[in-house]
Amino acid sequence: MSHSATAAPPASSHEENQQHPIRLYLVVWAWLFILSLGSYLVDIVQFQGLLRWSLIVTLMLLKAGLIVSIFMHMRWERLALSYAILVPPVLLLVFVMIMTLEANHTQLTRMLFLNGGT
Amino acid sequence: MTKPAVPSSQGGAASGWRGIVADWSSDQRSFKTASWGKVMMWVFLLSDTFIFGCFLLSYMTARLSTTAPWPNASEVFSLEIAGQHMPLLLIAIMTFVLITSSGTMAMAVNFGYRRQRRKTALLLLLTAGLGVMFVGMQAFEWSKLIAEGVRPWENPFGAPQFGAIFFMVTGFHGTHVSIGVIFLLVIARKVWRGDFDTGRPGFFTTRRGRYESVEIMGLYWHFVDLVWVFIFAFFYLW
Repeated sequence: MSHSATAAPPASSHEENQQHPIRLYLVVWAWLFILSLGSYLVDIVQFQGLLRWSLIVTLMLLKAGLIVSIFMHMRWERLALSYAILVPPVLLLVFVMIMTLEANHTQLTRMLFLNGGT
Repeated sequence: MTKPAVPSSQGGAASGWRGIVADWSSDQRSFKTASWGKVMMWVFLLSDTFIFGCFLLSYMTARLSTTAPWPNASEVFSLEIAGQHMPLLLIAIMTFVLITSSGTMAMAVNFGYRRQRRKTALLLLLTAGLGVMFVGMQAFEWSKLIAEGVRPWENPFGAPQFGAIFFMVTGFHGTHVSIGVIFLLVIARKVWRGDFDTGRPGFFTTRRGRYESVEIMGLYWHFVDLVWVFIFAFFYLW
């Protein structure tokens, strides 16, 4: 999770009690609002195709990154914990690939053998 | 208030890959700076990630494999307000409410560590209130769709799988929000009563609570917001 676009807090030494200025949370909050507004606008403006999907995913990942790294304080944890939590979900992408193949195959058989499919 | 003894401080420990190897191969404790409770919450959230991951994957599979056209979420979730056609309006408001609740939660954690008891409790209550608002709007959305004839097995808009996926994914997320609200109220009561200042034993575990409980609660709440970010992107916008 590397998102340095927002006002970077003074990377003070890690304290057991996560203590950061309130302003940092307000800035992140504002950014989350802006990014959400952005993803809502993608629908209002009716972007289509690759532009729509890439915008949706980019805004989604930016928001997720902000929430995990700042609100959930992952940024200030030691890497041993961050990697233990953040790496396993990447395996879901392998699952996505497998299920895409499976779903395409199912759709093909439906189109070939069901009357509903045309 | 006492913190568990930390074998090695952040300053002295190695960083980068060497730090990871050193932490994981060290005796007794791999997570040097995160407490037991915090790590357990993270591990729970990781397992929850897989649950929601599987829901979104089954959604992807259903949508890719159906031969009927998928209902246009932008139209299905639109509202008519004063003759104005507003696509996805309710969902957008729900998103902003949940993000705001995440902001108030983060501030509650902060004030907790500053030992400002009342501010912490009030922010927790505000967070819970926003959570109730979110669930209320979801209930409204469910009733609206059910009234329009959306069922888990059929709907008037297109692919019949739409209803099953919608009720399952948003229902599971709404359940998480509801449990979070209960959890928030419990913690808010403890903070208000000063349990974390006096070290009063918990009613169930009889362990003494610390203000870190507020942060652990926050991890759960932010996770619920995080899941909504993905649901919003994949289910409502895609």
